[in-house]
Amino acid sequence: MIYKMTRRAALAGVASIAMIAAGATSALAEGWKPQKPIEMVIMAGQGGGADRIARLFQSIIQKENLASMPVLPVNKGGGSGAEALRYLKDSEGDAHKIMATLNSYYTTPLRTDIGVDIEEFTPIARMAIDTFVLWVNADSDVQTLDDFVAAVKASGGEWKMGGTGTGQEDSLVTAMLEKEFGIKVTYVPFGGGGDVAKNVVGGHVDSSVNNPSEAMGFYKAGKMRPIMALTPERIAVFPDTPTARELGHDIVYSMQRSFVGPKDMPAEAVAYYTEMFRMVSETEEWKTYTADNSLNADFLTGDALQAYFLEEREKHAAILAAMGSDGSS
Amino acid sequence: MLVADRVIAIAIMALSAYFMWHATALPIGWNGMTGGPGGGAFPFWLSLIMLLSAGGVLARSFVQAPSSQHFFDSVMLRKVILVVVSIVVTIALIPVVGAYVALPLFLFWYLRIYGGHGWVLTGILTVATPVFLFFFFEVTLKILLPKGVTEPLFFPLYAMFF
Amino acid sequence: MDTLALLADGFATSLSPLNLMIVILGVTAGLFIGAMPGLGSVNGVAIVLPLTFIVPPSSAIILLCAIYYGAMYGGAISSILLGIPGASTAVATTFDGRPMAQQGKAGLALIAAAVASFVGGTISVLLFTLFAVPLADLALAFGPAEEFALVLLAFTTFVGLGGDDKLKTVIMICLGLVLSTVGLDLISGQPRLIFGDLPGFYAGISFLVLAIGVYGIGEILYTIETSRTAPQVTPAKITLRDLGDGVRTMNKMWRTMSLGSFLGFFVGMLPAAGATPAALMAYGIARSTSKNPKSFGKGNIEGVAAPETANNAASTGSLLPMLTLGIPGSPTTALLLGGMVMWGLMPGPMLFIEQPDFVWGLISSLYTANFAAVAINIALIPLFVWALRMPFTVLCALVIVLCIVGGFAPSQKMHDVWLIAGFGVAGYLLRKADYPLAPLVLALVLGPLMEKSFRQTLISEQGNILAFVERPLSGTFIAIAVLFFVLPLVKYLRKGGARSIAPAE
Repeated sequence: MIYKMTRRAALAGVASIAMIAAGATSALAEGWKPQKPIEMVIMAGQGGGADRIARLFQSIIQKENLASMPVLPVNKGGGSGAEALRYLKDSEGDAHKIMATLNSYYTTPLRTDIGVDIEEFTPIARMAIDTFVLWVNADSDVQTLDDFVAAVKASGGEWKMGGTGTGQEDSLVTAMLEKEFGIKVTYVPFGGGGDVAKNVVGGHVDSSVNNPSEAMGFYKAGKMRPIMALTPERIAVFPDTPTARELGHDIVYSMQRSFVGPKDMPAEAVAYYTEMFRMVSETEEWKTYTADNSLNADFLTGDALQAYFLEEREKHAAILAAMGSDGSS
Repeated sequence: MLVADRVIAIAIMALSAYFMWHATALPIGWNGMTGGPGGGAFPFWLSLIMLLSAGGVLARSFVQAPSSQHFFDSVMLRKVILVVVSIVVTIALIPVVGAYVALPLFLFWYLRIYGGHGWVLTGILTVATPVFLFFFFEVTLKILLPKGVTEPLFFPLYAMFF
Repeated sequence: MDTLALLADGFATSLSPLNLMIVILGVTAGLFIGAMPGLGSVNGVAIVLPLTFIVPPSSAIILLCAIYYGAMYGGAISSILLGIPGASTAVATTFDGRPMAQQGKAGLALIAAAVASFVGGTISVLLFTLFAVPLADLALAFGPAEEFALVLLAFTTFVGLGGDDKLKTVIMICLGLVLSTVGLDLISGQPRLIFGDLPGFYAGISFLVLAIGVYGIGEILYTIETSRTAPQVTPAKITLRDLGDGVRTMNKMWRTMSLGSFLGFFVGMLPAAGATPAALMAYGIARSTSKNPKSFGKGNIEGVAAPETANNAASTGSLLPMLTLGIPGSPTTALLLGGMVMWGLMPGPMLFIEQPDFVWGLISSLYTANFAAVAINIALIPLFVWALRMPFTVLCALVIVLCIVGGFAPSQKMHDVWLIAGFGVAGYLLRKADYPLAPLVLALVLGPLMEKSFRQTLISEQGNILAFVERPLSGTFIAIAVLFFVLPLVKYLRKGGARSIAPAE
């Protein structure tokens, strides 16, 4: 049985290689090419937003033959990405490992001492910036930000804010909201953004700070209501939702979706991957996806990206410091 | 049997104490402000129950009539230890020389030397297993196995199959 | 009868020659992937996901479903033949499947698993077809308190019935629960029990690692020691007549199987619960309602049929929240969800209205995949049984290699392989000292869910522990759970607990 299976697999393999090989070689000029499959480390577990977007990249790369070797996603989501960060640190000089990052790229090393300095890693490309929106259940009486603040105050600290976990992006936003409006909410961690949205719709929590992509299905079905966008400008798909800035509160928070390589990744490899992601960012699939999910596809590479990372790290250090001992309560 | 039972009970008690010590890194108490038990509460109190239960097993072993059965079959124990050692050696070798050297070596040892099988069977399995693993895991499932120093030898294979 | 017309359209697509080929290919691949210890439907779905961008979405979803179903069927194969559950959903299958294989009835057990899976799959797809949309609201009604109550129920249906040494069972449950807390504390976001900051523990201890360790390596060591020279496994034969007998035997189990199907579908539908508690509960209920509960765990065919119907029904059920709410109930459905997003489909309440072609194509392909899976599975049973006839040392060597590779594959960490070896030796010693291993493995599976939902509820309710009984749904579940726990205790006391040899405690 084993042999039959193997032979079939081998045939399928050969066929697909022939297909890939035909297209891939012409796509990229001569120079460095990966010699073995490229490992795409994902800083989150299977099925989350970060995982989904990383696998989307994998699919686009495969479909458009943008790499001469397959890109293989590997989830190392343990410890809010600490596992992935440590793994990348131990892969110094490796030209076949890239990591898909999110904001825990800065927050995890800041919150727990894992011996990782992100400055050492090699920036490759920032693909997009994801946005955050404050949501409530569509059946609730809360229509505007003022209603929200009033309702939270009236609840006397019993207002439930669903989120993915203490120290995660939405908990930082929650902390910023608490500070800005002088309110106190009960933060209930659920692990995944989809779970959070479901609990808002099911009435188990009162509000959430979700990415638009996580709440879109419910929004379209009229079950969730966006109250405020935490973006510099209004989000195209929610034209009637004001930004915090419009309402006179300077709260802007975003989630970056980038790729980095390990320390001392060979320069030719960096160039190869940068070019690969640049081509990804120009594909039709990526453009459609970013439009549908109101992602800001702001492509950034090299030193500018590194500068962005370091600036963001500073910002997060400040937010975390303001949150104080919240994480260890 | 009795001695082994006690040793295992004591080992579990030690393990529980070790877990409890680690669990205290996070709050183990009940905190009404943050809604219930702290992060260390579950592991701490469960380890305590484990410790007490293992203590119970230990205490019971002194009351109970000793069973005449031996815990280990002395002849077979040697074989078990041999297999455990071979597994440990194999796992230790994988990151160094790669799965495609370590696993055939293990198969060769187990089949030919430990199991006493013929050269033909040993040969077929030692060669066929890594081939199967390569095609099943790497080519079909796209899961790369560790290769250690043998990595460069696989570059032409990758070029061929990916 | 709008539904029927839509379903007919769906069948028109899923029965085209190309799609039939895809189903057969997908199911076969899924079967082998599922049969491999350590690999399950997640791996199968993950590899074909990028391919689905290349073929049209209707064929892609058929391929994904076929692999999903195939892997669910395949999970039972390693549970029965090797005693190693390939996925947490198949743990309960080992309880009676493994003893049956040891008695030389592996063929019968495999047929039972296949037929039961088919029944579970079919009933649940029917339920799905009829009630998908209204049931979505029920899934929404489940908050953390209800999840906790349900997991507690799953736990007690099983644990309350255990006939092993009570003290040792308690130790094993606690150990499993403690091991399940290793890694990150979700609530505070802090790492815990990472033992000297070993990064390998950041992700926690996966069920697969423990199961492959204690059931794979541990079992082999145990067999080596106890078997002296002769292998313990009786070689099984299978003929066409056995096949007929098997199906006839299954015919008598309608009660167990329909119970398992309904239970599996409804529990599987709840996003956080899923197929594992469903399979355990089905097993527990089959045992407690059986006329002969003592025979369970010793090779009772109903003990194979009950969890297998339930876990297949649950795998269909878990598609429901994924499609109607956009919430994945398992890593596999999370990947499927990712696939849908890639095709530009937005899962959620509007999907059934906006994309009926896709939805009904999917449902109809579940029917075809189910038929294909049972046919291919039964056709391959002689091959699997034949594998058991290998000389014991050969089988052992191959299983050890599979354990090592299968332990490495899901997480791609050598750390996990070391843990497998460690758990193997520990499992071997504990088993020799009469510590039951099933509660350990189950506690590890259910532990994270239990702690998480317990603490989420308390945070939401400001530490009010009565919240669990105050809410009607969770209160009911807790009441049933208590009943399950108390009943055997009462029985036990009535029979005269004085006979017990436990003076301590």
